[in-house]
Amino acid sequence: MTEQPDTFPRLLLHQAKVRPDRPAFREKDLGIWQTWTWAQIAGEVRILACGLAARGFERGDRLAVIGDNRPRLYWAMMAAQALGGVPVPLYQDAVAAEMAFVLQDADIGFAVVEDQEQVDKLLEVLPQCPRLKHIFFDDPRGLRHYGQAELTAFEDLQAAGRGFAQGNPDFFSDELGKGRPSDVAVILYTSGTTGQPKGVSQTHAAMIQTARVLVAFDGFTDKDDILCYLPMAWVGDFLYSYAQMHIAGFCLNCPESPDTVMTDLREIGPTYYFGPPRVYESILTQVMIRIEDAGWIKRRMFHSFMAVAKRVGMGILEGKPGIPLKDRLLYRLGEILVYGPLKNVLGMSRIRVAYTGGEAIGPDLFDFYRSIGINLKQLYGMTETCVTVCMHASGDVKLETVGPPMPGVEVRIADSGEVLVRSPGLMKEYYRRPDATREAIDAEGFFHTGDAGYFDARGHLKIIDRAKDVGKLADGTLFAPKYLENKLKFFPYIKEAVCFGQGRDKVCAFINIDTAAIGNWAERRNLPYSGYADLASQPAVLDLVRDCVEKANRDLAQDPTLANSQIRRFLVLHKELEADDGELTRTRKVRRRHIGDKYAVLVDALYSDKASCFVVTQMRFEDGRTGTVSADLQIVEAKTFSAAAARKAA
Amino acid sequence: MMGGRKIGRAILEIDDVSLAFGGVVALQGVSFDVREHEIRAIIGPNGAGKSSMLNVINGVYHPHQGTVAFKGRKRRNVDPHEAARQGIARTFQNIALFRGMTVLDNIMTGRNLKMKCNFLQQAVYWGPARREELEHRAKVEAVIDFLEIQHIRKTPVGRLPYGLQKRVELARALAAEPELLLLDEPMAGMNLEEKQDMSRFVLDVNDQMGTSIVLIEHDMSVVMDLSDRVVVLDYGRKIADGTPDEVRNNRGVIDAYLGVAH
Repeated sequence: MTEQPDTFPRLLLHQAKVRPDRPAFREKDLGIWQTWTWAQIAGEVRILACGLAARGFERGDRLAVIGDNRPRLYWAMMAAQALGGVPVPLYQDAVAAEMAFVLQDADIGFAVVEDQEQVDKLLEVLPQCPRLKHIFFDDPRGLRHYGQAELTAFEDLQAAGRGFAQGNPDFFSDELGKGRPSDVAVILYTSGTTGQPKGVSQTHAAMIQTARVLVAFDGFTDKDDILCYLPMAWVGDFLYSYAQMHIAGFCLNCPESPDTVMTDLREIGPTYYFGPPRVYESILTQVMIRIEDAGWIKRRMFHSFMAVAKRVGMGILEGKPGIPLKDRLLYRLGEILVYGPLKNVLGMSRIRVAYTGGEAIGPDLFDFYRSIGINLKQLYGMTETCVTVCMHASGDVKLETVGPPMPGVEVRIADSGEVLVRSPGLMKEYYRRPDATREAIDAEGFFHTGDAGYFDARGHLKIIDRAKDVGKLADGTLFAPKYLENKLKFFPYIKEAVCFGQGRDKVCAFINIDTAAIGNWAERRNLPYSGYADLASQPAVLDLVRDCVEKANRDLAQDPTLANSQIRRFLVLHKELEADDGELTRTRKVRRRHIGDKYAVLVDALYSDKASCFVVTQMRFEDGRTGTVSADLQIVEAKTFSAAAARKAA
Repeated sequence: MMGGRKIGRAILEIDDVSLAFGGVVALQGVSFDVREHEIRAIIGPNGAGKSSMLNVINGVYHPHQGTVAFKGRKRRNVDPHEAARQGIARTFQNIALFRGMTVLDNIMTGRNLKMKCNFLQQAVYWGPARREELEHRAKVEAVIDFLEIQHIRKTPVGRLPYGLQKRVELARALAAEPELLLLDEPMAGMNLEEKQDMSRFVLDVNDQMGTSIVLIEHDMSVVMDLSDRVVVLDYGRKIADGTPDEVRNNRGVIDAYLGVAH
């Protein structure tokens, strides 16, 4: 066996040799999909690399890449790597000031950008970034009268490249020969929820090794198609689109514009798809809205076959035995009448593998896609580890987990519950931040993720919360408030939940009901109500909420690690939690500690044996006036389950 | 911004035009010209004769007196389709699109005058008819790209919000590759963001395609920002003509239309 290519530029030439006529890129331009083959892009990249060199780009220089997913921007990344440089993709919707930070931090002298919008932003921050001397733009629209010396049109860069290549025919292959797998292949800036973003330096070796594992894991070939619509600055796009195309030789399809993604999806019919949960959610919402608008025959047909799918669809997808013939036939019929056409409309007819990750996905959402036969799986990882820490294997998928560790990845759970990772895909460093690097990677080479999790009985990793939010009950069992709250919030009747238990003997909760959902429920039962507070105090509503809590408890009981954190007592708050009252952040996250202090009386009552508690609360109305609300709140005891009882009930 | 665009000689000359409907005098001895690559605004209070003026230019109304000369050719009684063939396209104050047809089909109708194949050839759709259709489609796609409406290409116009319908109408006018574009209140009823988008497109059309533009608009900030020269009509008479600054400070215009300047 010959030696495998070990840098991205060598992989590019390798693909151009092995499958010169297979498509490598497609882009819809003027309404028609244009295709570039591997041989063509190898030529394009050579010209571009020569053009960059002619403009003074040197080994080790950083190239900013800013714009929507465009073939030419991907080629620019390839060209920079061919010269031993480092592409630094930036978020295209970042404001100028944010770009200035990255441009300075990574000491960037060259930028390839999509259009006038990005050019304007760079020109705005030019005085703060004296190193930035060359800006190449892809789309000349609106830029005709810009006279700045820094600006060059993409075509002119190509022309310069052609000239340079003629004079130095061996330049490109010489430069390629100088590349080492240990060179940095890309710097990806993490969004950084706290403090300034940090540049994650990933080497060719780390990215390529990870991509090889992924390609083998799901068996990708050059017949696969992917629609690259997620930001180029995000590690997921670099790994799933850019790195994997180099290994598997499949085709990247670039959408016509960010607004046309749904149409493009349908036309391309990708076989491999990645999206955060919100993308899947918005697709499902659109489907549901359109179904409710459809005629009653279609509506009835949809709902009855979706019920079939819900019952047996996931079993069929996973090849489980013991599904009755009648259901199999019904499902087959449903595939012809409903699921097939639906998947076609969504552009998901050809999908073999779809992934989601980044945050918890709701059970209804997850089950919907799997039940109509879309192999949706979860994964876990971050920029620092080339994503790939844990993934579901096809046929071994569990909603609650993110799957077992990938081959070659070591995952260790620290005493604090934090997930530690050591893998071939681990970053080289945070760019020019040795302090932060030392903090994140310990002496043994384990990366501290900041997430808390544990392994279940099947060896799947379960991520429960940020490590700093996880605590312990008085008896030492794990207490993950956000995990419990999310579990409650997945019920449509529950809008917000706040769980207490840190250092206590049991878990108790405040709950906000969802006025719209429960109001609708009450109307169908002819229960009169005047508003949130009235609804929240009705015994029938409390029973409804108790059912939800007990269902959550039953789930928790099945998991030995969390069985002890079942919710024993709860109350439904007399007012909705509001950002105006400081109870939620502006992004609607509960401020647990603040709420605990503010309603200390209620918390004390939950942990006593009182059956109700009187409370007076100040609240601020929308017009700025303040007033008080008072209520006598019932405290509800919820049933808890032993592991055995939970299994029986399930 | 304005640097690269060369304003040339007059492409349209209106000379002493009068128009009356029975006893109602719509236009009275109006004269002005529009130069190549220029954005020319017509402003004035309601009923001043602005839309009538546009209708005279593209041949919907025939003036009772005076002449209109387009590209040096004087004409008096020209029909709208003749004006279109000469290179004048327009949009309407109240959107005039085919609501049941897709955006793409609507814009394709803008190419109608340029289609040479007859009905029968098009029905068979073979040989020259097919080639021609492809050429026209390519032109239309360029316009779609230019106005950034790719995402609604296949959407029926009736389902679109108002601002986008206005943009589709502009697209149809551009599909005819006009030398002179008449825009009748292109920003009426739009919100601020839509107005900004539309202004951007008008400037881009003028700048990149070199199209001369005659614009009727009530939003004064838009008019003053976009146009090179402004004609002011009041009761069918021209009361001022000049650059935005000259017009803004003209006593007669302030009294008749703009109100007291602060």
